[in-house]
Amino acid sequence: MTAPLEAAEPAAAQAAGPADDHRPARRGLLRYALTKAGGALLSIAMVIVATFFLFRLLPGDPVRNLAQGRNMTPDQLDLERRRLGLDKPLVDQFFDFVGQTLRLDLGTSYEYKRPVLELIGQRLGPTLLLAGVGLVIAVSLGLWQGTRAGWRPGSRFDRFSTATSLLLWSVPTFWLGLLLLMVFGAWLKIFPSRGIESVDAPDGFGYVLDVAWHMVLPCLTLVGVVYAQYLLVMRSSLLDEVGQDYINVARAKGLRDDDLRRRHAVPNALLPTVTLVFMRIGFVVGGAVTVETVFSWPGLGKLFYDAISVPDFTLMQGTFMLITVAVIIMNTLADVVYHVLDPRVRSA
Amino acid sequence: MSAITRTRRRQALGRFWDGFRSQRGGMAGLIVLGVAVTLAVVAPLFIDEGVTSVVQNTGPAFDPPSLAYPFGTDESGRSILLMVWWGARTSLLIGFLAALVSVGIGTVFGIAAGHFRGWIGALLMRVTDWFLVLPSLVTALVLAAILGGSTFTIIMAIGVTSWPSTARLIRAQTLAVEARPYIERSKALGGGHWHITTRHVLPNVAPLLLASTTLEVASAIVTESTLAFLGVSANKTSWGTMLRGSYDWNAASAGAWWYILIPGLCILAVVMAFTLCGRALETVLNPRLRGAKA
Repeated sequence: MTAPLEAAEPAAAQAAGPADDHRPARRGLLRYALTKAGGALLSIAMVIVATFFLFRLLPGDPVRNLAQGRNMTPDQLDLERRRLGLDKPLVDQFFDFVGQTLRLDLGTSYEYKRPVLELIGQRLGPTLLLAGVGLVIAVSLGLWQGTRAGWRPGSRFDRFSTATSLLLWSVPTFWLGLLLLMVFGAWLKIFPSRGIESVDAPDGFGYVLDVAWHMVLPCLTLVGVVYAQYLLVMRSSLLDEVGQDYINVARAKGLRDDDLRRRHAVPNALLPTVTLVFMRIGFVVGGAVTVETVFSWPGLGKLFYDAISVPDFTLMQGTFMLITVAVIIMNTLADVVYHVLDPRVRSA
Repeated sequence: MSAITRTRRRQALGRFWDGFRSQRGGMAGLIVLGVAVTLAVVAPLFIDEGVTSVVQNTGPAFDPPSLAYPFGTDESGRSILLMVWWGARTSLLIGFLAALVSVGIGTVFGIAAGHFRGWIGALLMRVTDWFLVLPSLVTALVLAAILGGSTFTIIMAIGVTSWPSTARLIRAQTLAVEARPYIERSKALGGGHWHITTRHVLPNVAPLLLASTTLEVASAIVTESTLAFLGVSANKTSWGTMLRGSYDWNAASAGAWWYILIPGLCILAVVMAFTLCGRALETVLNPRLRGAKA
């Protein structure tokens, strides 16, 4: 999570990554994509295996853990143990677990008494909405401000931007949320402080407005924390371009400053930045868990948080695997897209 | 160590200090850090764990800042000032130790992955990349929730999930160092893996480690407070657990702004100080950045 401040390094490392991993020969895009997909599958397999062993590390009797201290007779405990397959040898348990996971059977939540997958399905929408809107705003704002700052390094705008992003970078997500909650929710009472809809939400377009109204504060928090790093990354990768020969040549040819920036510098600087946006998707996910908790947003992050605070281990295990797998897939896509976009990597 | 080496090291240190001193932000950060760490270390001379006890503190609940309670009180009448002071010990301790664990693992993996080419290096990078992809906060939450919240497990949960970026950084630097001719000379003279990695590579990546540790402490403190806020904490008063309390007791609607503001400002100040220091270190140590960044 230290990323944005050493942004220049990871950007360079990741830009170099695909190139030096696949030096031997020119490979077709399909071949490259397949290699990456294979790597992703391996990663996902590692996640499943790691999850199995991690959740068996739990101190104490798993059945008692699941039962949450409710009074159970030894017979009930035994029955429960057999129902969960915990009386079988570890190897059998492992293969059962892998089989179930591959069939997308993530078990039943103890807290909600419903299949984990069903719970996840219900909560997916709000999270995609919040994270999606937040990400779009953060990326556009970050790239725009980063471009302006990096094009004139040392200017007042640049110093202001860098200072703001340093400040936002140091602010814990949840604290920013608490502050917004206090100022806009409790004092000014402009925005609602929790949930996704009013109790008496109207239908149709009114409902959309109601949800949007509820989304303002959570979205603002997420954007505030996430966009700072995009700004810094965009700024530093633009700075790298500004010193290049081709920029000087274009300038010497008499290209206007605006055209130079828009047509030459920014497209080149955009490449590492866009990849990094996807590479850091895990950070956004972490932010979403926190933001959803602060604002009681009924999404996947809140579900995960609830699972941890009960604690409901089946639910925790299911959401953890889903979130991780989603992040791995996003990263792999980013890799492949980067490969398509950047001819330098392709021909290497 | 011979006299010549000692003089040379002292001169290098002097140059480094001159460079660092010219960084205004870094110096400001260093001063804030000095104050914070000193206060945290001397705290037991003035107060004890009693300031966090609900039973021993009988002030009015949610009392606004006054002479008796400069930063007000929380829901059970404990002084926010004293709690923040005592809590600094937990926050800073976890921040430092988690950063050490993280940078330690990162260094070993990074140097090994850069030094051993072939399948060992490839395997190590594969593992590093796997950890890099895992969403670190979510993983740390799961680890802390499963292993239970003691100071040790929180430190481990943060350390184990945050090392991969350091490892990548160190690996890149290791590759650069090992490409230099004197490494080849050392090999020709019979230097083994241990000799080359500890005597040649490590001293060369050490400056980088200093900068990256400083930045790592900053993010470890943020992670610790987030974990504490999300309810998996070390059961000791830290700035994160205080903010958790303010959320649980609805300080926002009770109008107790001091309860929310003060612990958060402490986190902000310390994290910014570490970040500024880290950036200043990077600027001084990395000649490439010296011209570019203001």
